Amino acid sequence: MSGLLTAAPPARPVDGVALTVVIVIFVAVAVLGFLAARWRRGSAPEGLKSLDEWGLGGRGFGSWVTWFLLGGDLYTAYTFIAVPAAMWSTGAVSGFFAVPYTVVLYPIVFLLMARLWSVSHRHGFVTPADFVGGRYGSRTLSLVIAVTGIVATMPYIALQLVGIKAVLTVLGIGGGGNAFLQDLPLIIAFVVLAAYTYTAGLRAPALIAVVKDLLIYLAVVVAIIYLPLHFGGFGAIFGAASAKLSATNPATGLPTGSVIPAAQSFNAYWTLALGSAMALFMYPHSITGVLATRSRNTIRRNAVVLPLYSLMLGFLALLGYVAIKAGTKPIDVNGAVNPQLVVPQLFLDNFPSWFAGVALAAIAVGALVPAAIMSIAASNLFTRNIYRDFLKRDADPASQARVSKLVSLLVKFGALIFVIGMDQSSAINLQLLGGIWILQTFPAIVAGLYTRWFHHWALVAGWAVGILYGTIVAYTVVNPVTHAHFGGSIAPAPLLGTPVYIGITAFVLNLLVSAVLTLVLRALHVADGRDLTRASDYGADEHDPKVEALEARGDDDRPPVTLPSA
Amino acid sequence: MSDEPPTRAPGRPGPYVVVGVLLLIGIAVPLMVPVYARAEPSLIGLPFFYWYQMLWVFLDAGLLWICYAIVRREDRRRREAVQDPEARKAGHR
Repeated sequence: MSGLLTAAPPARPVDGVALTVVIVIFVAVAVLGFLAARWRRGSAPEGLKSLDEWGLGGRGFGSWVTWFLLGGDLYTAYTFIAVPAAMWSTGAVSGFFAVPYTVVLYPIVFLLMARLWSVSHRHGFVTPADFVGGRYGSRTLSLVIAVTGIVATMPYIALQLVGIKAVLTVLGIGGGGNAFLQDLPLIIAFVVLAAYTYTAGLRAPALIAVVKDLLIYLAVVVAIIYLPLHFGGFGAIFGAASAKLSATNPATGLPTGSVIPAAQSFNAYWTLALGSAMALFMYPHSITGVLATRSRNTIRRNAVVLPLYSLMLGFLALLGYVAIKAGTKPIDVNGAVNPQLVVPQLFLDNFPSWFAGVALAAIAVGALVPAAIMSIAASNLFTRNIYRDFLKRDADPASQARVSKLVSLLVKFGALIFVIGMDQSSAINLQLLGGIWILQTFPAIVAGLYTRWFHHWALVAGWAVGILYGTIVAYTVVNPVTHAHFGGSIAPAPLLGTPVYIGITAFVLNLLVSAVLTLVLRALHVADGRDLTRASDYGADEHDPKVEALEARGDDDRPPVTLPSA
Repeated sequence: MSDEPPTRAPGRPGPYVVVGVLLLIGIAVPLMVPVYARAEPSLIGLPFFYWYQMLWVFLDAGLLWICYAIVRREDRRRREAVQDPEARKAGHR
C-alpha cells in the first residue's frame, strides 16, 4: 500500500509472487487452448474444416460443457471489473442491477432459445442473421442483423482487453514511459489468444472456461467469507458504503450515489435490468454458445443451473462496498483514481500474494474466454452473412471456415488497436451504445421465432428508427462531472418524463414502427420474402432429420435453402 | 403448407399456459423495485434490498426447474404421439 497514496504518479511495485502465479496459469491455459483442437473431435477431419466444427465446436456440447462455456461467455471479465467498480463509485443503481438482470435473463432464455436451437439445427444456421435471413427471405434484413451484431461485439471484445489491462496495472506492469513496452504484455496475451482460437475454434474457450470458472468461484467464495469477517461484518461494510455514497458530489450538488435506490430511480433500475436481459441473448456470442449445444433441451437445462453465476456476480458486486470499508485506493499509473482497479487492488492488498495471483489470473483468463467466443461469433457473421451472401454465393464449408478463421484474427487485431490507440472511455461508450443497438435486433429475431406476421421492410425500418433514436439520445446524456457526451444509458422517456434505460425506449419505438409499417405494407400489398422454415422446424430435436436430408428423400416440395435476392 | 414429416403432434394448451405464467412470475416479480427498495429486515448485516434480490436467484432456478419438468413431459408426449402411426394421422393438419 505504501507509495500509492502520494499525489505524484507512483511507480507501482511489482509483486513477484503474484505475477509468477498469473504467468504460470496463463501459460497453462494457452497450452490447454492449443490442445483443445483435438478435444471431442470424433470423426470430423483434422483441421476443423467447416464452421460447424471450428465455429460451433462440432455442435455437440452437452449440459456440463455448456454450463461452463456460457458461464464464461456471459459473465465476462469486464463484468467482474465494472460491476464492483460501479458499486464502489455510485452504488446500487448502476451496479447491483446486474443481479436482477441476470435473474430475469433465464426465463427469457428458457422461453426463446430452445426454438432458435431447433430451427437452426434443422437448417444448419450458424448465426442469428442466418435464421432471420431464412425466416424472412430477405438478405437486407439478414445483413442489418449481421452488421449490428459485429459492430456491437467489437467494443465488447475491446473491453475484455480493458479487463486484462486492469489486472496488469495492479500487478505493477504497464508503468514506464515507452508506449510499446507498456502495452507489450497485453499484445503477447492477445497474440497467444488469437493463435489458439485460430487453431482450435470454439473448443478452445470451452475447455479454458472450465479452468477459469473454477478459479473465479474459488476466489469469490474465499473473498466473500474472509473479507467481511476481517472488516467487521456486513453491517460495518454497509455503514461505510452508505457514508461514502451519501456524501455530496461537489460537481452536481447531489449525493454521489445510493445504497438503496430512491423512488425516482425505480424505473431506471428495472428497465436497465430488463433491457440488458433482453439484449444479452441477441449478442452473437451468446447465440454461438446456444447453437453449439447438442440437443434442444440442453439450453433449457442450463437456464435452470446458470443462475448460480448470478449469485456469484452478486457477491462480487458487494466486494465494491467491501473495498470502500477496506479503504482500497485504485490509483492508476498516471496517478488518477480508476474505479476499475478496485477489485484487483482489493485482492492484492488483503490476501497473500499467491492467492491474489490466483484471483487476478482468474480475471485475466476470464477475459480471454469471452474475447475468443466473441471474435468467433463476429467472424461467423461476416463469413455467413456478408461473404457468403454477398461476395461469394457458392462458398463451400471449407472455404467458409478458412475465411472465418482469418477474420477472427482481424477482429482481435482491431480490438487491440482500439484499446491501445484510443481512449479507454471511448470503448466503454461504444459498448454502452452496443447494448442499445443489439437490443434493436430483438423484434426481428424473437418475433420471427413465433410468427411471420411482421413484414421484413417494416422490421428494417423499425431497426433504423431504434438505432437512430438510441444513438442520438445516448449522445445527449452528459456526464455531470466531466461534461462529456455519452455520459450514461439512462434518459427521460418521452411523454412519461421518468428516467429509464434508453435501450428500452428505443426498443418500444422500434416495435411500434415495425407494427405500423407492417400494416401499411400489407395494405399496399408490397411483396414479402419467402419463408424457408416450416412449423415443424421449431420443435425439432437432435435426432430429427435435417432439412438437407428431407429434401434428398423427396419429402419436401420446397426449393433448397439458398436465400433469394433482397 | 406442406409440413411433412411433423416432428411433434399438436401441443395441449394446459402445460404451456402453466409454464407461461411461471416464466412471467420469474420475469415480473424480481423487477418490482418498490417491493424491495428498503433496508429492513436485514440479514447478517445485508439490507433487505440486497439479500432479497440474491434470494431470487434460487427462486428463479426453482421456477425454471418446474417449467423444465412440465415442458419435457409434454414434449415427450407430443413426440411419442407422432411416432405412433395412428396418432400421427390424428396430429397431422
